[in-house]
Amino acid sequence: MTVPSTVAGRDRPRLIRVTLPYHLRNLAHIEGDVTLEIAGAVTIRSVLDALEARYPMLCGTIRDHDTLKRRPFLRFFACEEDLSLEPTDMPLPEAVASGKEPLLIIGAIAGG
Amino acid sequence: MSKVRVLVGTRKGAFILTSDGKRDKWDVSGPHFGGWEIYHMKGSPLDPDRIYASQTSGWFGQVLQCSTDGGKTWQQPGVPADQEPAPGPPVALPNKFVYDASAETGKPLTTHMWYDGTQHPWEFKRVWHLEPSLTDAKTVYAGVEDAAIFRSTDGGENWHELPGLRGHATGPNWQPGAGGMCLHTIILDPSNPDRMYIAISAAGAFRTDDGGKSWKPINKGLYSKYIPNPTAEVGHCVHHIAMHPAKPEVLFMQKHWDVMRSDDAGDNWTRVSGNLPTDFGFVIDVHAHEPETIYVVPIKSDSLHFPIDGKLQVYRSKTGGNEWEPLTKGLPQSDCYVNVLRDAMAVDRLDQCGVYFGTTGGQVYVSPNAGDSWSSIVHDLPAVLSVEVQTLP
Repeated sequence: MTVPSTVAGRDRPRLIRVTLPYHLRNLAHIEGDVTLEIAGAVTIRSVLDALEARYPMLCGTIRDHDTLKRRPFLRFFACEEDLSLEPTDMPLPEAVASGKEPLLIIGAIAGG
Repeated sequence: MSKVRVLVGTRKGAFILTSDGKRDKWDVSGPHFGGWEIYHMKGSPLDPDRIYASQTSGWFGQVLQCSTDGGKTWQQPGVPADQEPAPGPPVALPNKFVYDASAETGKPLTTHMWYDGTQHPWEFKRVWHLEPSLTDAKTVYAGVEDAAIFRSTDGGENWHELPGLRGHATGPNWQPGAGGMCLHTIILDPSNPDRMYIAISAAGAFRTDDGGKSWKPINKGLYSKYIPNPTAEVGHCVHHIAMHPAKPEVLFMQKHWDVMRSDDAGDNWTRVSGNLPTDFGFVIDVHAHEPETIYVVPIKSDSLHFPIDGKLQVYRSKTGGNEWEPLTKGLPQSDCYVNVLRDAMAVDRLDQCGVYFGTTGGQVYVSPNAGDSWSSIVHDLPAVLSVEVQTLP
């Protein structure tokens, strides 16, 4: 019996990309996009969990330490869609899960 | 010859200014953490190369930084920047300032008064002030907005609230000032390790005599005409407090209006504004070797918040208040409309005491002769939020 590739794919760790704003790249001492390995469902929550585990200096800078709520002046975008208000356990688009497109974490254009 | 190192926090990064004891030629390092607000930096009195910095942003929240080489390099305590974190649960919780609402050690996370008089939940926003311990280089206190005090005993890796302050019975009556409900002043008593003082805008001053377990409002004698009960136990907009380590029972206060002094560890305050042209201001500090010589920068208020008539003047009292003299030599005496914020004045401990202050116009001024004359070390930095100085061998 052949297992459909989409189902088999869920069990394999997947490499996804995250684009961080300038100040968070500096804080984490990284250049360019971050590549993270995600086991299981690729969601905003699982991506942020993996990001903070790899770069603990980012803890608290994207979401609250305790409530895990997104900081008010940050937004999540992917595939030209604003995902900021979507449930954090919602699977991200396949283009993000496959690494073709990055998850964009954007600082709101506000202030000076 | 001794050296001085001036730690300058600004709206867009940190700067470190160094000079020899003459204090006429300066090296400028920075910006460190460019683009971030650096509310405060302060070095350990026991290990001066250990410097703590509060890095904050409206977008990204609070970050705590520490240098162990005098500000040349920095890292977030508990977060090695150059290696993968070890597997398993993290040993540190970097940047984590969470009010202690646990049943065992904390206080319920109640509400405080909002600007409109309604009650508002306590919400952490940023660290305003860092005060390293006088007895342990890895112990440091943090004064935060919304007003509370935290302590780390591991060099800033983990922070725990001292909840007796926020949980004080008067907490629901505390109200933010224009800059937020910030705990901006922490003073450790060098003669009594269990005693410290804090100040909150706009709740007032508090003292603990048991190492931070319990706190007592110390606002008797303050008069604030802008609150319903001008002599209330709490609700006063204290801008800053200073103390000379040789006379720890004597405190000097710059309030929203009024310059005050206490000779009994804050139990009673008396007004010493004397002949000041205005007794509104933010900074206050004490000469390093003369406990009765104090400095303020009068600011025109309530709505203007810049020097009177465009003349930047430091006022000095050599009598512990009441009798003040303007210090103007080297300071701009026309068209100057900057402000000097509450944590932006400091003194060094060289034989000839140096006095320093920073402005919202990006100038940092030094007087190497206790205020008699001034010059600018730098004059085009971002708005200065805080100034501290270290006197080094």
